[in-house]
Amino acid sequence: MLDIGIGHYLTLGAIIFTIGVVGIFLNRKNVIVILMSIELILLAVNINLVSFSIFLNDISGQIFTLFILTVAAAEAAIGLAIIVVYYRNSGTIRVEEIDNLKG
Amino acid sequence: MPAHAFFFYIFSLIAIVSAIMVTASKNTVHSVFFLILDFISISCLFILIGAEFLGMIMLIVYVGAVAVLFLFVVMMLNVAQQKNQWFGATSGSKHIPIGMIVSLIIFFELIIVVGGWKLKPDLKSEFINIYTNSVTNTHSIGNVLYTDYIHLFQLSGMILLVAMIGAIVLTFRQRSGLKRQSYIRQISREKYDGVKLVDVKNKEGVKIDA
Repeated sequence: MLDIGIGHYLTLGAIIFTIGVVGIFLNRKNVIVILMSIELILLAVNINLVSFSIFLNDISGQIFTLFILTVAAAEAAIGLAIIVVYYRNSGTIRVEEIDNLKG
Repeated sequence: MPAHAFFFYIFSLIAIVSAIMVTASKNTVHSVFFLILDFISISCLFILIGAEFLGMIMLIVYVGAVAVLFLFVVMMLNVAQQKNQWFGATSGSKHIPIGMIVSLIIFFELIIVVGGWKLKPDLKSEFINIYTNSVTNTHSIGNVLYTDYIHLFQLSGMILLVAMIGAIVLTFRQRSGLKRQSYIRQISREKYDGVKLVDVKNKEGVKIDA
């Protein structure tokens, strides 16, 4: 209990990943919250990579985390730009009203 | 190491609670604030575990850039009034049990994988970039990032460039009905474009509108 190993960090990553997935599945109102849930999922992946990198004495995991950070920033910028354009065109970003594709 | 365990439990508890609040909060602005709190506590965990460089980069990139970007967009789009409620929703409530079941299955799969994980016994040690304590964390990241991963590093710069151009192109709007100053048209204007000389006969005058 008091000896923090890799399992503790991986469990934390799993919990945050699952919270992000729940946020995507159950969100019915707002697209921005879905983007935030995606950020949470990427954060959980970063926790896993960093904890493996530290506990295995291998620096590569932290390098991969840097690249994931880059891609996450790019994805957030593009996603928010798409949301702004959609809001400008249709006046709403509620999930249940975005049904142009009739999916 | 009881101090390490103490701080680990505190920071991970804050991270989990704020992650739940990100998805469950009624107000989108509050969700962004809890996202910032989540990033900060996770970066504290990174610093605690020994990855100082990534912890600081997380603070700069996520809290300083991404979360502020979210905040800007939330405040621009006026979504604070569009309440974010998922349990009381009327039309989408049939998705909730399926979503919960799938999420729980994902969680237990992850826990099973974590519990059964162990290192491959005959792993070749030359695949591993050994991380020693003789140099700092930032130094060792730089040693690897600018030598072995230089192409990926430059490629990630290209990704950021493409993202920037894409965001600008997506949100750029050509407004109609806007009068702009055109230097070329002003300079290249000749005198017979703008002025017309009319011979006015005596006692007849001239029609200006014609």
